[in-house]
Amino acid sequence: MMALLKRDLAIATRSGGAAMLGVLFFLAVVAVIPFGIGPDLNLLARIGPAILWIGALLASLLGLDRLFQADREDGSLDLLLMQDWLALVATVFVKCLAHWLATGLPLVLAAPLLGLLMNMSALSTGAVMLTLLAGTPAISFIGAVGAAIAVALPRGGLLVSILILPLAIPVLIFGVSASYAAVTDPDPFWPPFMILSAIALFFAALGPVAAAAALKGASD
Amino acid sequence: MSDTTAPQGWFTSLANPTRFLALSGRVLPYLAAASAVTLLIGLYMSFAAPEDYQQGITVRIMFIHVPSAWLAMMCYSVMAVASIGTLVWRHPLADVAAKSALPIGAAFTFLSLLTGSLWGRPMWGTWWVWDARLTSVFVLFLMYLGLMALHKAMDDPARAARPAAVLTLVGFINIPIIKFSVEWWNTLHQPASVMRLDGPTIHPTLLYPLLVMAIAFTLIFFTLHFMAMRNEILRRRVSAMRRQAAQSIGSSEARP
Repeated sequence: MMALLKRDLAIATRSGGAAMLGVLFFLAVVAVIPFGIGPDLNLLARIGPAILWIGALLASLLGLDRLFQADREDGSLDLLLMQDWLALVATVFVKCLAHWLATGLPLVLAAPLLGLLMNMSALSTGAVMLTLLAGTPAISFIGAVGAAIAVALPRGGLLVSILILPLAIPVLIFGVSASYAAVTDPDPFWPPFMILSAIALFFAALGPVAAAAALKGASD
Repeated sequence: MSDTTAPQGWFTSLANPTRFLALSGRVLPYLAAASAVTLLIGLYMSFAAPEDYQQGITVRIMFIHVPSAWLAMMCYSVMAVASIGTLVWRHPLADVAAKSALPIGAAFTFLSLLTGSLWGRPMWGTWWVWDARLTSVFVLFLMYLGLMALHKAMDDPARAARPAAVLTLVGFINIPIIKFSVEWWNTLHQPASVMRLDGPTIHPTLLYPLLVMAIAFTLIFFTLHFMAMRNEILRRRVSAMRRQAAQSIGSSEARP
């Protein structure tokens, strides 16, 4: 399992891997927003957390279709599928974890820089980082289901995003509301953040099982 | 199909596609007639119902809006049950049931969104608000469309069956969210007034037409669902026969 984690991380971080592309896409999406709505710094500071969250959501959806497809192309997916059920679920879990470390964590680390560009306060940037840290794993884990479903398709990339976006909406809702609650005074930060963490844990339990079932179903 | 000699109960024999075709062919005319009659009665009762003292004549939208929203959720529940059938027993008929329910459910969801929007304009002063109930139903609509896109993207229905079943079951989380969204979040959409533990809070003159319409919509759903399932079974048979014919032509040409 550790070997699999290292292997996936190595593939993702080498040149041409998905990790850098995700961060670049994140930067590009967020950089486009001021062009769309104008360089009003007060407005940007107000909608900044939401923009960062939407950018992060789109960026983490971007690389999802490659999660199992690369393994399918070089045949290692068939080897992974030959394990028994629990080992397969654990394998999918580790692959999701590697995917998050390679694409989700860089997004969290890039958030302060973009928060600076968005004229967000330090508190608000910290809240966005914290919520992204809790929320992006949820997107990776539930995204694995979509990636597993679309693994056999030639043009699966767009379909994965369409299938996963509705399921990722709760993550977005509670991530953004927790980020806003940190800066607006009467709203408490912890309840939405706790719900966000609960969703992440729930998806971490559900995602690998469902993805493994879909992979099994698609293979035979 | 390999011949299995396992003992078959009454229910499993019902799930045989040929048996299903014969049985549904016999039941369908009665079901269609029953849904037409119930719909006519329901429509008459809806228009005979008194106007609401606050909402006036717009309250009649409810007789379409509420049943289609119920049916949108029931249709997804039917699909989820069928998906369990696909995953556990790997039965082809369960997959047919789940797949052919998709467009019907999407249509009911769209109908409830559309009528809700028409109702919201005079009552709330806006076509659309991002409140919890509306958003979760919109998500349901997106999931119906996503599942339809998934079926379209896979050319072999047998391969699409299990991934689509997994996705249907994962998306089932949304159904309780829709049901309880008006209670968990304080929203513009009114809370449940019919399906409550302490009995309905809606006046009987409005309740009875609503219930009759709900029964009519349910009958319509099953009529359409049976028809769609029959179409899907026949469509799969046609494509299987075509493949067999093409294979026999190919092998007879390859032999000499």
